[in-house]
Amino acid sequence: MPKYLLIMRGTDESNAALMANIDEMMATTRVFIEEMVKAGVLLAAEGLDDPGQGVVVDFSGEAPVVTDGPYGETKELFGGFFLLDVASKQEAVEWAKRVPAAPGSKIEVRRVPGDDEMPQVDE
Amino acid sequence: MGTADVEAVWRIESARIVAALTRFTGDFGLAEDAAQEAVAEALVSWPLASPANPAGWLMATARRRAIDAIRRRTALQDRYALLAADSAVDEEIDPDKIDDDVLALMFVSCHPVLSPEARVALTLRVVGGLSSEEIARAFLVPVPTVQARITRGKKTIAAAGVPFELPPAAERRKRLGGVLSVIYVIFTEGSTATSGDRLLRPDVAYEAIRLARTLAALQPAEPEVHGLLALCELTAARFPARTGPDGSPILLEDQDRRRWDISAIRRGLAALAKASTRGLGPYGLQAAIAATHASAPSVEATDWDRIVVLYEALGRVAPSPVVELNRAVAVAMASGPAQALAIVDELIASDRLPGSHLVPTVRGELLARLGRRPEARAQLELAARLCANQRERSVLLRKAATLS
Repeated sequence: MPKYLLIMRGTDESNAALMANIDEMMATTRVFIEEMVKAGVLLAAEGLDDPGQGVVVDFSGEAPVVTDGPYGETKELFGGFFLLDVASKQEAVEWAKRVPAAPGSKIEVRRVPGDDEMPQVDE
Repeated sequence: MGTADVEAVWRIESARIVAALTRFTGDFGLAEDAAQEAVAEALVSWPLASPANPAGWLMATARRRAIDAIRRRTALQDRYALLAADSAVDEEIDPDKIDDDVLALMFVSCHPVLSPEARVALTLRVVGGLSSEEIARAFLVPVPTVQARITRGKKTIAAAGVPFELPPAAERRKRLGGVLSVIYVIFTEGSTATSGDRLLRPDVAYEAIRLARTLAALQPAEPEVHGLLALCELTAARFPARTGPDGSPILLEDQDRRRWDISAIRRGLAALAKASTRGLGPYGLQAAIAATHASAPSVEATDWDRIVVLYEALGRVAPSPVVELNRAVAVAMASGPAQALAIVDELIASDRLPGSHLVPTVRGELLARLGRRPEARAQLELAARLCANQRERSVLLRKAATLS
């Protein structure tokens, strides 16, 4: 069945709003996660650390170049994800609408193609 | 919002709405009817104007329809009591109670007074949130047949006075077994279709896995629930390798194990660990067998001795001729075809699997390995005649042809 990745995309402002209410946010997120578990759709969920703590490995040149985060001009930062096993794209979207996300942030809904949709290479 | 959006919300909300309404009205059939009316209304009105809170809209509408239905039914004096209850109806769902109510809903849908077909149809409809059309597609039966099963099922429950509650402690385990077997029947229909031209129907298997996950979340202390979930995940993990591009079945020995779904295997193994807390039951043992395959790099490198032991244990806790037959296959791999043939011949002598294509399939295979080719061919041809799945049948005939 189709899997969908709900990608949390925050901005500096939405991340600040989130951190200001972090306890409430954690509590509502826990309830939301429990709901998805009980519905039998949640496969994985993770939240990411402060982008300032990350590094970027850049493959523009001949050898990969490693620079410290944050990412520079990027306006929206990948902050976490939910991986769902749902019946349809519409269901993934419906779950996305229910994510307790901070105002100003966005959630990108992307399908994970099944094994049979991958290009097959004869060996 | 279109039809697919309504269906998506309904899938998520169905169990909770029907459960809450059954708790409120005490009438499972009425609750289901009211919920269906709400969905029908949503299909008409949402495309014109999307509600701000679709889940809340469905619940409120279903409640109104339930109240309408009770009003039509009840005598005048009861109406006052009902009006008094109206204000309470608008309260939000109590999250602590709703889990028990969803669980009670599963027990009602899988109640032993129902026919097996009605249990499957009701469970998929009210707990899974599937439409009659989707259930009909899943089981390859006409839509009116599904509708009739659901209508009859609701009447049976009303006539038997089945209470909306968790079964009493003394019956709990047994009734839970009933719920598990309904989920397993749905899974099996997806993992080895009993009829039709496709061997696998992953969408049907998916519904069972989803139900098993829900049950595992609601009954985390029941090892067999995790056992069933593990069995489903580990079996489904092999789906990508089980059929060729043309849909023909690929036997375990020929499967490209790199195509097995590693995340499904991990989920299956995690569920199996939860199932193993107090000795394995029938589902846990089958999951342990599936796990042994899942962690083997090839058929040759599989721990067949362990699989034989697991089948022996399974034969003790849940004796069945199919288990015996599978044990024979494992014995053939662990100790050779001659010993396995003795087990199969014993099965035939006691006529415990009459009319099954599986017995001559295995017997043919064993005879072929023993070099008794004409007998092997006759057995495989017999198996093909008995087999209802077209894909499996053609594999059997191809195999028989190689023995001539």
